[in-house]
Amino acid sequence: MEIRGQFHEDLDKLKFSIKRLAVEAVQAFDESIEALYAHDVDTAQKIRERDVKLDKEELDINEQAILLIAKQQPVATDLRRLIVAIKISSDLERMADHATNIAKSTIHLGKDHDLTIHPALRQMADKAKTMVDTAIDAFEYEDVSLARKLAEMDDEIDKMYGEVIREMLEQTANDPQKIQHIMQMAFGARYIERFADHITNIGENIFYLVKGESFDLNK
Amino acid sequence: MANNTQAQTSNQQQKSTVFDVTDLNLWYGEDQALYDINMNIKQNEVTAIIGPSGCGKSTYLKTLNRMVETVPIVRISGSIKYKDSEIFDDKYKKEDLRTKVGMVFQKPNPFPKSVYDNVAYGPRIHGIRDKKTLDQIVEKSLRDAAIWDEVKDRLNENAYGLSGGQQQRLCIARCLAIEPDVILMDEPTSALDPISTLKVEELVQELKKKYSIIIVTHNMQQAARISDKTAFFLNGEMVEFTETDTLFSTPSDKRTEDYITGRFG
Repeated sequence: MEIRGQFHEDLDKLKFSIKRLAVEAVQAFDESIEALYAHDVDTAQKIRERDVKLDKEELDINEQAILLIAKQQPVATDLRRLIVAIKISSDLERMADHATNIAKSTIHLGKDHDLTIHPALRQMADKAKTMVDTAIDAFEYEDVSLARKLAEMDDEIDKMYGEVIREMLEQTANDPQKIQHIMQMAFGARYIERFADHITNIGENIFYLVKGESFDLNK
Repeated sequence: MANNTQAQTSNQQQKSTVFDVTDLNLWYGEDQALYDINMNIKQNEVTAIIGPSGCGKSTYLKTLNRMVETVPIVRISGSIKYKDSEIFDDKYKKEDLRTKVGMVFQKPNPFPKSVYDNVAYGPRIHGIRDKKTLDQIVEKSLRDAAIWDEVKDRLNENAYGLSGGQQQRLCIARCLAIEPDVILMDEPTSALDPISTLKVEELVQELKKKYSIIIVTHNMQQAARISDKTAFFLNGEMVEFTETDTLFSTPSDKRTEDYITGRFG
């Protein structure tokens, strides 16, 4: 007989809230990339404003998790589910912050700049979005093998980031007048790379959830 | 982390065994209550036994001081060695075993006597008559049971006048007065209020410096808080017996995980 039905329902609700935050963070990220390429300052502004809502959702998840720890005194995997809920929601909030940072770069660049945004940024972003899908599946099914894949995907993004930054440095040498604009683009690449690092952290948390031990997927 | 584990391991090796239980089976008439229990209980540790009602944990506890045999239809096979001596051996006197293996019960059960006489009862039975010696034993036992300050001015009052929590600590003092080696506790705090419960838990932490404690508890958080090792019993089987930290964080058996997380009970 299930004797902690209400508690496990509450855990399910928390899980749902985390998945919703993940979907919203990736939506903000997706829109910020589109806005960057389209010089769409208005959308970028909206992304910035929406970030407050995501910050609040993270706090709600934390509050809910802390309340459940206090009231239910969970142990084993249930306790780790709550610890991990707090940590994953923090990573998701930081991911949303990076989407906001990209939006800020779009605002800095303005509507009328003539800089061509490097296509590698979109490629990196697409890969990062695939990582989020994988992370959500790994979280949903508590699947360590999926969590491990995130490390490999993150390595690819790190490599792409290294290459695109090198190209941008060359571009600043050839086109010094655009250095301010190229800097914003380089920041964008950096934010995408950091976005992906946080997804890798989520993978580590899933590993901890399932195995009860820490694992560094960023190495 | 590795150093901690090594330290724990070397600590383990130094501790001697109090009870070595091998292939223990027990029947009440035709009904088997314990199945092939194997357990090694170390000195100066708190060993907790958890499990749902009817899992055999209290039966097991009462087997360790042979109290279970007061039920006439009980049949036992297997071996329990207390410090290398087989307790089921005909030569081993139950009285000697119970002097070394004291017991504290679920409900405080002081005698209808004064606080002093409750504690002095055991030593007197063992032939101690000298008033000064008895005084010393009573004070030491009450101090060790963390109740001396509360009763030192009421030693001649009836123990029934004490609160439930005080009565239970008095019973612990009574148990300590005969200088046992092991203390068996059968849900010692289930009849107590939360503050009295915490006092007894604190006391258990103190007592384990001198005694080995085996505690049956329905309160899983209590087992997690106070024990070094925990055994999970289910339907007369010992499903898992390991370090408490491990059992409550990463149990190896799914039935343990399901029980401690409340997925069945």
